[in-house]
Amino acid sequence: MSSRERILGRVRRALADVPADEAPYERAVARDYTREHGRRGVAATVELLAENLADYRALVHRCAEGELPGLIARLLTAHGSGSVVVPPGLPAGWLTGTGARLVQDDAASTAPELDRVDSVVTGCAVAVAETGTIVLDGSPDQGRRRITLIPDHHICVVRVPDQVVGGVPQALGRLDPTRPLTWISGPSATSDIELDRVEGVHGPRTLEVVLVDGAPDARTAP
Amino acid sequence: MSGTYLGMPAFPQAAREAVGNSTLRGNLRHATHTIRDKRARAVAELDDWAALREAGKQIKDHTLRHLDRYLVQVEESVTAAGGTVHWAADADEANEIVSRLVREAGGGDTDEHEVVKVKSMATQEIALNEALEAQGIHAYETDLAELIVQLGRDRPSHILVPAIHRNRGEIRDIFRSEMGEWGRPAPEGLTDTPAELAEATRLHLREKFLRARVGISGANFVVAETGTLVVVESEGNGRMCLTLPETLISVVGIEKIVPKWQDLEVFLQTLPRSSTAERMNPYTSMWTGTRNGRAGEGDGPRTFHLVLLDNGRTDTLADEVGRQALRCIRCSACLNVCPVYERAGGHAYGSVYPGPIGAILSPQLRGTGSEIDASLPYASSLCGACYEVCPVAIDIPEVLVHLRERVVQGGPTVRHGNRVVLKPAKGHAAERAAMRAAQWAFTRPGALRAGQRLASRTRRLHPRTLPGPGRAWTGSRDLPAVPAEPFRDWWQRTHGGRDEAK
Repeated sequence: MSSRERILGRVRRALADVPADEAPYERAVARDYTREHGRRGVAATVELLAENLADYRALVHRCAEGELPGLIARLLTAHGSGSVVVPPGLPAGWLTGTGARLVQDDAASTAPELDRVDSVVTGCAVAVAETGTIVLDGSPDQGRRRITLIPDHHICVVRVPDQVVGGVPQALGRLDPTRPLTWISGPSATSDIELDRVEGVHGPRTLEVVLVDGAPDARTAP
Repeated sequence: MSGTYLGMPAFPQAAREAVGNSTLRGNLRHATHTIRDKRARAVAELDDWAALREAGKQIKDHTLRHLDRYLVQVEESVTAAGGTVHWAADADEANEIVSRLVREAGGGDTDEHEVVKVKSMATQEIALNEALEAQGIHAYETDLAELIVQLGRDRPSHILVPAIHRNRGEIRDIFRSEMGEWGRPAPEGLTDTPAELAEATRLHLREKFLRARVGISGANFVVAETGTLVVVESEGNGRMCLTLPETLISVVGIEKIVPKWQDLEVFLQTLPRSSTAERMNPYTSMWTGTRNGRAGEGDGPRTFHLVLLDNGRTDTLADEVGRQALRCIRCSACLNVCPVYERAGGHAYGSVYPGPIGAILSPQLRGTGSEIDASLPYASSLCGACYEVCPVAIDIPEVLVHLRERVVQGGPTVRHGNRVVLKPAKGHAAERAAMRAAQWAFTRPGALRAGQRLASRTRRLHPRTLPGPGRAWTGSRDLPAVPAEPFRDWWQRTHGGRDEAK
């Protein structure tokens, strides 16, 4: 007998007490919890996102769409970045202001090569206000997961209010589970020394989030 | 479970030593109190916490009660996404499967095999690192606390923060003396500030991440309908291990399944707030199959293996009271509030699962055959704080009492999938005699009445402490005072209190 059959057999014997006509999944779970906590307008939701991002030591900036290339250029300069990784589908205009060397991400680039790049600029899939979270789903404006992991400085652009939701349930509803997803809440941190939070371990130690007002989501825009 | 802790003394002996260690007690007190208050604040932010807790309980219960169906569904969905599913009935089988997969992934047979690991309770439970080492494969722990434990040749003492028993000074000393043995040494002049210790970890592990060919992880959740695995972490070491290697092997207990994608909306709210008291942990990774799978986007490992682990879980499932322990999402909130854990520390529990959840999980996964496992159901004052904070409402005191009954009285249970009848444990004769006497009296109203009257009349003569084996019990407790008149006599005399004046 294979271990598969052995385990499934054990499970079935263990569950002999479960009646065959037990409530199906749809009726087994009472979802009495809320989709988001409290009622807020769009502006207040964006405000809460900014507040919670900052609470976990992300650096938050706001600008209009036209100001974005200039702001990104300033952030890269201020960080002293000489090179920046570019996801394949990053909107062409975003990096026109910077003098940093642009490194295109391609499947052949190795992890040690990425380790020599200073910064990365990406978009995102959705942002969650209540938890101060941005979610990346590997779309062309975000690229492979490794490019937002190895460089020490990540600039993430969130289009507000289109990409912002209030609560976690709303965020899951917008995401495709089969895509590679990374939920990011602040820079890399640890609670492993005396159960106290310290920022800065393996992921990017500086996370800058740019909230761009009024820009439509490039992936859904006509 | 594995034999890592074989020969552990029973909990009282192990705890006695720990309680005498004032550094340990100070470290634990500091850490558990810090997190306790923060957790309460994080939970208070959500006004629907009770509903989330109930939904989490119901999702897990439903899944466990139809686990055969969901296991088959996981196998189908992971396979469809390009992964390979393996089934391991026990620790040895899981270790053999993983060792073989690592060797196969390593290419040429002259290679020095090494793997990078994400913190995982399942692989701790099966003692995977030791099994790999015996096969010449070096496993590097990359979670900061696991690294501290590994470098210090120590044992984990907490589910979330395995090195919670170490303070910052001890961690600095371990880094200074041990990092050089394993790779890049600690920086010169390393101090004990947490930021510097984190920086030293970053430098030490980076070379290992960048060259790793095989990553090993567990998972917090497996979504049956999509085949998606979820790993919740803080440092980014998880992301490194899950995305950079060519081969990823995830060892996951069969109880980690949730039926649908939507179910994550409950646990992604309750788990971070319960464990690290954060609104959300810094990083959560979700992946479905391989880079060549349905929507892998050319991202992540080329090969993905999922090892489904039983190792006592189906035995636990067979117990209608005890199976609720399988709802556990390993948040460790119950450890942080437990007065016994705070004083005894994690090592005394003789298992990778310490604290209240360990006291009900270890004796079910491993059986109550060993001295330590038979003593664990007693490692509690039954205060119930663990049940209060549990985000999936595991009634830990109920299971503790149930397991005490099993230890004292024996009876039918399931071990390795077979029905067995346990003999009553040694050393509980007085408890059994007392229970038998109580049963005799409570089934004979006349004898009970006579006994109660006798007790009331002689109450001035009663000792304040119990003699013989009862002495230990009254050593820290007052014996309840016997009233001047038994309740039933009072009830009859006053017609239920209506004639109280008489």
